[in-house]
Amino acid sequence: MPLTPVLTKRWLSPQSWSLRSYEELDGYTALRKALTVAPGELVTLVKDSGLRGRGGAGFPTGLKWSFIPQGDTGAGAKPKYLVVNADEGEPGTCKDLPLMMADPHSLIEGVIISSFAINANFAVIYVRGEAVHALRRVQSAVHEAYQAGYLGTDILGSGYDLEVVVHAGAGAYICGEETALLDSLEGYRGQPRLKPPFPAVAGLYGSPTVINNVETLCSVPYIVLGGAQWWKSMGTEKSSGPKIFSLSGRVEKPGQYEAPMGTTLRELLDLAGGVREGHELKFWTPGGSSTPYFTAEHIDVPLDFDEVAAAGSMLGTTALMIFDETDCIVKATLRFTKFYAHESCGKCTPCREGTYWMVQILQRLVDGEGTAEDLETLLDTCDNILGRSFCALGDGATSPITSSIQYFRDDYIALLPEHERAKLTVGAAQ
Amino acid sequence: MTVQPDTTVDKATLTIDGFEITVPQGTLIIRAAEQLGIQIPRFCDHPLLDPVGACRQCIVEIEGQRKPVVACSVAVADGMAVRTQFTSKVADKAQKGTMELLLINHPLDCPVCDKGGECPLQNQAMSNGRSESRFRDVKRTYAKPLAISSQVLLDRERCVLCARCTRFSNQVAGDPFIELFERGALEQVAIYEDEPFESYFSGNTVQICPVGALTGAAYRFRARPFDLMSTPSVCEHCASGCAQRTDWRRGKVMRRLAGEDPEVNEEWNCDKGRWAFSYATEADRILTPLVRDEETGELTAASWPEALERAAAGLRIARDAGGVGMLCGGRVTLEDAYAYAKFARVVLGSNDVDMRARAHSAEELEFLTGVVAGHRDDVTYADLEAAPAVLLVGFEPEEESPIVFLRLRRLNQTRGLAVFAAAPFASPGTAKLNGTVLLTPPGSEPRVLAALGDGSAGGPGAAAASAMRRPGAVILIGERAAEFPGTFAAATSLAQTTGARMAWVPRRAGERGAVEAGALPSLLPGGVRADDAFARTGVLEFWGVDAPAAAGRDTAAMLSAAREGALGGLVVGGVDPADLPDPATALAALDAAGFVLSLEIRHSAVTERADVVLPVAPAVHKSGSYLTWEGRHRPFEETLRGTGALADGRVLHALADELDVDLALPTPEAARAELMSIGRLLAGATKSTGRLTGGATKSTGRLTGGATNTGSDFLPIGRLTGGATNTGPDFRSASSAGLRPDSPELRSGQALLASWRLLLDEGSLQDGEPHLAGTARRPVLRLSVGTAREIGASAGDLVTVTGAKASITLPLVVTVMPDRVVWVPMKSPGSAVRAGLGSAPGDVVAIAIGRPVN
Repeated sequence: MPLTPVLTKRWLSPQSWSLRSYEELDGYTALRKALTVAPGELVTLVKDSGLRGRGGAGFPTGLKWSFIPQGDTGAGAKPKYLVVNADEGEPGTCKDLPLMMADPHSLIEGVIISSFAINANFAVIYVRGEAVHALRRVQSAVHEAYQAGYLGTDILGSGYDLEVVVHAGAGAYICGEETALLDSLEGYRGQPRLKPPFPAVAGLYGSPTVINNVETLCSVPYIVLGGAQWWKSMGTEKSSGPKIFSLSGRVEKPGQYEAPMGTTLRELLDLAGGVREGHELKFWTPGGSSTPYFTAEHIDVPLDFDEVAAAGSMLGTTALMIFDETDCIVKATLRFTKFYAHESCGKCTPCREGTYWMVQILQRLVDGEGTAEDLETLLDTCDNILGRSFCALGDGATSPITSSIQYFRDDYIALLPEHERAKLTVGAAQ
Repeated sequence: MTVQPDTTVDKATLTIDGFEITVPQGTLIIRAAEQLGIQIPRFCDHPLLDPVGACRQCIVEIEGQRKPVVACSVAVADGMAVRTQFTSKVADKAQKGTMELLLINHPLDCPVCDKGGECPLQNQAMSNGRSESRFRDVKRTYAKPLAISSQVLLDRERCVLCARCTRFSNQVAGDPFIELFERGALEQVAIYEDEPFESYFSGNTVQICPVGALTGAAYRFRARPFDLMSTPSVCEHCASGCAQRTDWRRGKVMRRLAGEDPEVNEEWNCDKGRWAFSYATEADRILTPLVRDEETGELTAASWPEALERAAAGLRIARDAGGVGMLCGGRVTLEDAYAYAKFARVVLGSNDVDMRARAHSAEELEFLTGVVAGHRDDVTYADLEAAPAVLLVGFEPEEESPIVFLRLRRLNQTRGLAVFAAAPFASPGTAKLNGTVLLTPPGSEPRVLAALGDGSAGGPGAAAASAMRRPGAVILIGERAAEFPGTFAAATSLAQTTGARMAWVPRRAGERGAVEAGALPSLLPGGVRADDAFARTGVLEFWGVDAPAAAGRDTAAMLSAAREGALGGLVVGGVDPADLPDPATALAALDAAGFVLSLEIRHSAVTERADVVLPVAPAVHKSGSYLTWEGRHRPFEETLRGTGALADGRVLHALADELDVDLALPTPEAARAELMSIGRLLAGATKSTGRLTGGATKSTGRLTGGATNTGSDFLPIGRLTGGATNTGPDFRSASSAGLRPDSPELRSGQALLASWRLLLDEGSLQDGEPHLAGTARRPVLRLSVGTAREIGASAGDLVTVTGAKASITLPLVVTVMPDRVVWVPMKSPGSAVRAGLGSAPGDVVAIAIGRPVN
C-alpha cells in the first residue's frame, strides 16, 4: 500500500523539531494564508474538510468551533480560549507525544490558526506531566515561535495577538477528560465538571473554550494549505484524512504508522511486519484500553469512526495493542482494570467502587480462586457502571471486561477451580 | 401550603411517573419529584448546596434519552417524561447497583454507629438496595477515627464521598479547610496539616453527613437516635434566633441540632449553638436556695419559703434605704424580662432596671427607646435578601451573630451583595463576605459615618456612601456602638440622609426581647417611654401602680449608686461582673450594697457576694420566648420537664407574693398574655387618642401575629436628640469625642484599644465543653505594620498591651489597620480586657514587644 505521509512527513528530517527545519518544509505557510481570510471562513473550511477530533470521541472539529459564541454581548463578549489537550494517557496510545517531539511547530501553527478561527487571544497547551521530554520540546518551540513573531502581538503584521502558555499536568489520567483538564488548569483537583454548562459556553475561567487534541490541531495547517477537498480525498466518507495509528504489543515492528482513515489492521500489520514470528493474532484493541477488544475476526474492519462502532468497538485514539495466543485475556483485562482503579478520580460511586471491586474479582479469577457467579457479577457490575458513571472514564473501564467475556468466556471459565466450573456445567445442562 | 402562582418565571410542565407537574424552569428533577411526593434516593444532593452529581444514587430515566440521568443535576424541561425507580426498571436497577457499590466498602457496623437509626444510607439501603451483597472480597479500611478538629471526628471507611461536608464548608461557611484528598477508592476527606478545620460552622457537616462518617466528639457513642426524645427549641446564645432540635434522654440533653427554618437559619446553626449546652449540668449548678448564715458568713442551703422570706425582708429594708436596683442581664427570655421590668415598677416602685450587662450609654438608651423598641421599622432576614448593600457598624457578624453572617455570605456569593464594615481591620468574617472595610480606629465611628453621610468620604468610603443610598440598603449596628459616643446618633443620621434602613443586632439572645419587655430604665413594655405621659394612663394604670418618682438609672449608675450607698440593694440575675464595663466597680458595689439578691443558674462572682441566692432554670428547663434581632418572636417549650427548676419570672412572682404584691406572672403564658394585653391597650389608645407617635401600635404585632406594619410613623430624628431624657448627651457634641490615633496626644508605644468578643471564648455558657473550646480562634494581638515596626515587633512576636490595671501578652499578627491601634480579643484565654486589662475599647493603652516587665 503506497503511503504519502502528511502528519508525519517531517519526522525523519534532521532536527525536525527546529523552527528552521519546519520553515524549510512549508512551515508557517498555512498560517500566512489563514491570517488573510476571515475567521468564520476557517471554521467553514474545517467543517467542510470533515475533520473529526483525534482525541477519541471523533466529534466534528469545525462544528465544535462553531459553538463558541461570538459577538459583543453575553458569553460572546467574554474572552475565548483554546486549550490543547496534550495529556495523552490512554494506555497504548502514542501519537501526540511523538508528534510534539518530532514536529512541535506543526502543533503551534495549528494552535495559532485555530485560535484565530475562534477569536481567541490566549491558548494553553496542557502537556502530560510525565512527558518532560515532550514538554521541553514544545516549550522551546513556543519560545522560538515568539522570537520569530509567530506568537505574541500583531502576528506577522496581521494585527492578531495570541499568547500561548505551556502547562505541565501532574500525571492523572482523568485530566485527559476535558472538563477535569480545565479544573486542573485552574488549580483545582482534576475532577470532571457537571455539564451543562459546556466548555464552549463556560469553560476555562467560565469563558467560552475549545478543547482540541494535539493531532486534531496538527491537522489544521494541512487542511488550510491543501483545502477541504484534498483532505477529504483521504480516508472514508465520514472519517476523512490521515491518522496516526500506534501499534504495540506482539508485532514485529511496533511504532507509529500514518495511514488514511479506514485502513484495516491487516494492512497495518503488513506495514509493521506482522504479528511476531510464529504466533497468531488473538485479540487487540482498536483504540486503546477503553475500547472493547477486537479479535482475529475483525482484522479486516476498516478503522474509521463508524465502521469500528458498527463492529462493536470504538476507534478511540487508534492505539492498537496486539495480543497473540500466548496472552491470557483475563490477565490483560486485570491489568487494564487495575489501571482504571488506580486512575479513577474518586468522584462518582460507580467508577470508584466498581473498579475497586472488579480488580479483586479479576485477581481472584487469575489466581484460580474465582466462583461460578463471578462472571455474572462482573457483567452486572459493568452494567451498573456503563452510562451511570459521571464521565466516560467509568464507561471505558467496562470495555475490556464486557468484550473479553463476550469473546473469550471460555478462557474465564477455564480459570475457575474444578468445583466452580462444575456448577456452570450443571447450570448449562438445566 | 398554598403557593400563589408566580407568573414572572417561565414554567415547565412535565410528568414524573405519569404524574403531571408544573414547576419553574431550572428546577431540578429531584426537587420536582419531591413536590409530587416521589422520593428518589440520594446522598450528595442537598437542596442548599450546589449540585455535584457525585454519588449517582438518584438515577432516573427520561423517555427518549439514551442514557439514564441523575435527578439531582438535571433540570426539568417542558414536555419531559421522567420515570423513577417506581416505573422504570432501568432506574430501579441502576439505583440498586449504585447502592450495592456504595456498600461494598462500607462497614457493617450499624449497631455501633452513631448514625444507625437515622442514617440515610441505612434507610435507603433498605428501600432501594439489594437484600444481599455479592461482595465477598476485601473492604477498604482506615485507622479510625481521624480528628478533623477537636470536635469533629472522621471515620473514613464509613464515608461515601458525597462531598456534602466539603461543599458546605466551601460554599456556605466559606471555611474550605476540609477537602477531598487522594483519588479512586482511596479518595478521602482530609484537612490541611497547617490549616486546622477551625470553622464556627463545622457541626453542620456532622448533621448533613448522610452516613456516620462525621461525628461530634461530644455525642459520639453516647446514645442511639431511637432512644432519644426530640424537642424543638430555640438557641439561647445569640440574637440570630436559630430554630434547633434538642435531643435528650433520661433527663439529660445529649445533643442539639440545627432546626429547619427557611426564614431564619435555613438548615444551619453555629457550633456554639450546637455544642454549648453543658453549662447547665456543670458541677457548680445551684439547685437549692441559699441564704448567707449571719454567724459564719457562708451561704447555706435553705428551703424556698425561708429563702423567699429572707429575700423579701432584705428587699423591704433596702427599698426603704434608698431603693433597689435590678440587673437582669441580656440572656433573659421575653417573659422573664417582663417580670423583671414589672417587678421593678410594681414591687420596688422604681425605674432602676437594666438588662445591659455590657458597655452601655445614655445615648444607646435613647436609641433603643426611640428607634428599636416597638418594632417601628424592623429589618428582617427577608429585607437582607433584598438589600443591595449592607453596612456593619460596631458589629462583626461571624463572631456576634453567626447566622446573620451566613445569610450575608450567601447573598454575597449568589448575587453579589455589597458588604461594608466600619471596623479597624478586615476580620476573617469580613474577608469571607468579600467585604470592604472602612478602616475605622476605635472611637472614630461617628466621624466615618458622618463622612458617608455628607459625601466627604473618599476611596472605599465613596463606594459605601453611594451604596447606602441605593434603595433597600441596610445598616446593621451592633451593641458595641455603645462603646463610642456619637455612633448611634451618627448612624441614625446616616440612615436618615441616605434612606438606608437600620437594624440593631445585639449579641445576646435576650436583649431585643428585654427592650420590648421594658427591662430598661427609661422604657416600659411595648416600647413606651417611662417618662411619656401616656405611660401613667397606659401601662402603669394597667399594672395599677403610680409612676415611680424618679427616672431610672442604668447599669453603671445603679452600680455606682450601690457602691456609694445611695442604693440600698441590688437584684442581680444572670450577670457576670466580668462582662461589665467596670468589673471592679461592679464587685465593689456588690460588696457595698446593703442587700444583694442573686438569681442564678451557677455559682458566680455575684453569688459569692449575695445575701440570698435563688436558683433559676437554664433555658432547657423552662419555656418562654426570645425575640431575634429582627424582633421575630421565637417561642419554645420546656425541653426537660419536672426538674423543679423555676424560671426567673416564677421566682419573682413568688418573691412579690412574699412582699404582699400580686405580680400576676406565675407562668410564662401569663406574662405573654399580659404583654399582649398591653399591646392591645396601646393599640387602642393610639386609635382613640392619637397620642402615641411611636410604633406602639405595632408593639405586639409579632406576638399576636396579627398586626401589620403601617410603616408611616418612623420616628423622626429630632425626637432622638430633643427627647425628654434625663441623661442623654447632646449627640452633636458627642460625635467628636473619639480620640483619633493620629492625635498628637498619642506617643510611640501607645495605641488605641480595639476589642470585641469572639464567638468561642471564655463565656460562661460555653463552660464544660472542651471539644468546642478546642476550635476557638487562637487569641492574637493585631497591629499595623507601621506600629509593629515602631515598637520593634514583627509577626509572631509576643507583644504586651498594658492597660489601666494589668497587661495582656499575645502573639502579634500584623494586620492592615490604622496605625497606633491595637486589637485583642475581649474575653478569650489569656486576654481578659474588661476584668484583666482594666481598659475599654477606645482607651489609650501602652504597647511593647515581649512579656511585661515586672
